Amino acid sequence: MRYLPLTPDDRRAMLAKIGASDVDALFRDVPKPALAPLSVFNLPDTQGEMEVERALSKLAAKNVAAGAAPFFCGAGAYKHHVPSSVDHLIQRSEFLTSYTPYQPEIAQGTLQYLFEFQTQVALLTGMEVANASLYDGSTATAEAVLMAQRITKRGKAILSGGLHPHYAETVETVAGLFGPMTRSPVTPGSAEDIIALIDDETACVVVQSPDVFGLIRNLKPIADAAHAKGALLIAVVTEVVSLGLLEPPGAQGADIVAAEGQSIGNGLNFGGPYVGLFATREKFLRQMPGRLCGETVDAEGRRGYVLTLSTREQHIRREKATSNICTNSGLCTLAFTIHLSLLGEEGLTRLARINHAKASALADKLAALRGVDVVTPAFFNEFTVKLPKPAAPVVEALAAKGVIAGVPASRLLPHDKGVANLLILAATETNTDDDFAALTKALQEIL
Amino acid sequence: MSMNNQGRPSGAGEAFPASIATISGDRGLDHEEQLIFELGHGATGVDLADVKVSDARLGGMRRKGEVGLPGLSEPEVVRHYVRLSRMNYAIDSGLYPLGSCTMKHNPRLNEKMARLPGFGDLHPLAPQSTTQGALELISQLMNWLTTLTGMPAVAMSPKAGAHGELCGLLAIRAAIAARGENRKRILVPESAHGTNPATAAFAGFTVDEVPAKPNGHVDAEALKAKLGPDVAAIMLTNPNTCGLFEGEIIDIAKAVHDAGAYFYCDGANFNAIAGKVRPGDLGIDAMHINLHKTFSTPHGGGGPGAGPVVLSERLAAYAPIPLLVADGKGLRLIEDMSAAPDGTKPFGRMCAFHGQMGMFVRALTYMLSHGRDGVRQASEDAVLSANYILASLKDVMSAPFGDGPCMHEALFDDSFLEGTGVTTLDFAKAMIDEGYHPMTMYFPLVVHGAMLIEPTESESKASLDRFIHVLHTLATEARAKQTERFAGAPHLAPRRRLDETAAARKPVLRWKPEALKAAAE
Repeated sequence: MRYLPLTPDDRRAMLAKIGASDVDALFRDVPKPALAPLSVFNLPDTQGEMEVERALSKLAAKNVAAGAAPFFCGAGAYKHHVPSSVDHLIQRSEFLTSYTPYQPEIAQGTLQYLFEFQTQVALLTGMEVANASLYDGSTATAEAVLMAQRITKRGKAILSGGLHPHYAETVETVAGLFGPMTRSPVTPGSAEDIIALIDDETACVVVQSPDVFGLIRNLKPIADAAHAKGALLIAVVTEVVSLGLLEPPGAQGADIVAAEGQSIGNGLNFGGPYVGLFATREKFLRQMPGRLCGETVDAEGRRGYVLTLSTREQHIRREKATSNICTNSGLCTLAFTIHLSLLGEEGLTRLARINHAKASALADKLAALRGVDVVTPAFFNEFTVKLPKPAAPVVEALAAKGVIAGVPASRLLPHDKGVANLLILAATETNTDDDFAALTKALQEIL
Repeated sequence: MSMNNQGRPSGAGEAFPASIATISGDRGLDHEEQLIFELGHGATGVDLADVKVSDARLGGMRRKGEVGLPGLSEPEVVRHYVRLSRMNYAIDSGLYPLGSCTMKHNPRLNEKMARLPGFGDLHPLAPQSTTQGALELISQLMNWLTTLTGMPAVAMSPKAGAHGELCGLLAIRAAIAARGENRKRILVPESAHGTNPATAAFAGFTVDEVPAKPNGHVDAEALKAKLGPDVAAIMLTNPNTCGLFEGEIIDIAKAVHDAGAYFYCDGANFNAIAGKVRPGDLGIDAMHINLHKTFSTPHGGGGPGAGPVVLSERLAAYAPIPLLVADGKGLRLIEDMSAAPDGTKPFGRMCAFHGQMGMFVRALTYMLSHGRDGVRQASEDAVLSANYILASLKDVMSAPFGDGPCMHEALFDDSFLEGTGVTTLDFAKAMIDEGYHPMTMYFPLVVHGAMLIEPTESESKASLDRFIHVLHTLATEARAKQTERFAGAPHLAPRRRLDETAAARKPVLRWKPEALKAAAE
């Protein structure tokens, strides 16, 4: 087996040194009936690299990659162009095959990029501090609600109807153990009355902007109302490129920002791995979940970086930790950091403007089709249209014509009859005029 | 271009004293590197058009200020991150004996497969008719995981080991609630990973510690005595964190079940037994599998991981959405709680979308490459290598639980350093100067000054022999009170020991422009 360096002679020599007759003697603590013969495992035997590559490629070929068709899906995951150097750099052995930087003297590479990542996230979100990432945007949102529950010592959370339904379900599953979760009714494309739901028991209000239908929201009035009742505002961002064009949540009164960072540096990967961004105010630092990297000096006075404030974390605090999280999204944070470094101020703001321009052009084209209404008045690179018939079968019919037309709202909100005809579409820098023409033509044929 | 135009071979020259500072601050291939924010100068690393957009559709929310990002060209960015990478230790460059972390070889075929456009460039909410290959891959991986563990079901969405623990405990919570019971206590051995008690608290349970016996095994009698009508579950790691297989596990499982509780197993150490022992045969109800340990998806400097959870018949119905089912037309994801098939009662959702697909591709690639015979051989080699280290070092280092055998990791304590002035930390840091990443130190907590060594199956005998020689010599020197190597080690790494106390006392967690820094002070 090509990955196993020990030869039969090596194994014999090692067993002799140990003084064991055979390898099973080393498993002597295993109860005899539990030691399974190989035949128990009804699985294939070892294969060469070429055979494995063939098998996997066959599976991959059964899928329609986003780059292989006119493509308009968003709703929490976005197709962007990632510069070639990003993937090249993250595959360097020293990044790819290292562990959590518990030995800082020989992990300065990882620690320094985490410090850069934390700074970038703080800058983007307009917040004071950020951690070294969580699993993804949805789990970051759940952690944010738990943190707000700890800070306010209250249980109740109000989840905006525009919060991605998968995020809302993730929050309800975890934070729902510690207090009631209230979802405000969803009306795609319009402001919702979240403020009326805030009361003295409320720990936090969770608002996504742009929301799951693409609508840009002004968080400031909601933040003010939450603060007046002693509650926190948690701002959620699923399309982080939007922060290159839109006012950051930190400038709108957010206390915690939970965001999905996939759009920068990371591929679609059928939903994961992604990278959860988590930022907050300095005063809440010690209630933060997840790893933090901090600056310090070594014994010779040279600047260096270490994991810090670990007294919040499970390996020190055990059941009193702020979270059970152990890993972060290491390599995905690196991809994010490198891509954002390549973009810089000019690149990010240009990229954001291109995305908005593309989506605006698409919205204009679709609005011109008979029976199609654009229902999102303010958006970044994603908006919702109302079709004259249910969107889910339309999307399947368009897929059969080779166009991946977006996400039907009914896939995310299957019980809400009011959203059956709604289709959520995203356009990014990757979309061309030919894509737009293919979509409008195919849509016209079906409607 | 540099030329040696004299045609003269260069000689060895005089030794360059380490005390002489270089002009640049770099030392040969060891480069110092500033922060990316200190290197920016208004350049750009991408070529994008300068498109103007109107405010018409921005809802009055256009950004007013700058983000504050530095601007660098592509070559500058590439050099920056290449230089940073060179300050890291990695499996690809050396043996990485971190106990409980399973730092094995990461095959590059796995990386290549994960990047096939059909996987890497596939949207999670693309029409399911266009993602059948991805669903088939998940289905194949589920079959491998359930077959290797002998368990009937698996929840695929947890994103890491601790997330898997949470998933398992939430399934247990749901099962208990379905029985109309209220059980709040979870028993956790004191040798457990920190994630176990943290997860139990995270899932709303209280934690009750079970002591270890002097031989490193969990005290089964003490555990049984703690069982009662308020106990929801036990969380046991097997093989345990002392590197030992809990031989009484079947007996423990029976007692747990008789008391109406569930058995959660921390699968962090599955690499010792994959293809040899099926957890389902031991009476386990739920166990997470760290794909980034046992199945070689890269650790990536701390993630991303993946932690699918296998479930027993008693818990299978409570698995979270999404669920993968086969119907007449192919495979289908059920993404909505109320659409769950009859007989299932999902407890909720662990995360958006369907789990760590990129890791699933890598793990299945590993499995198909190894095959069942290779997976079994890998476990045997991992256990053999750990025992070889234990047998080779037990005369100079102290093994708290006797002569073995151990499973896939060898545990030592610091009693061999008694009276030498050298600590476990010093010993570990001296390994850095020898070109090795230290072992896991001060864990598990049940032995004093613990050093937990997990070599994995990826090392050749020559590599193990060299490692043993280094540790043997270090231990011998320490015991002979030749302690120069240890004081203040490491001496030869990119950094000397870093001041962690100062970092925590006055946290500096981000770069700030000089002006802002000055204003803050």
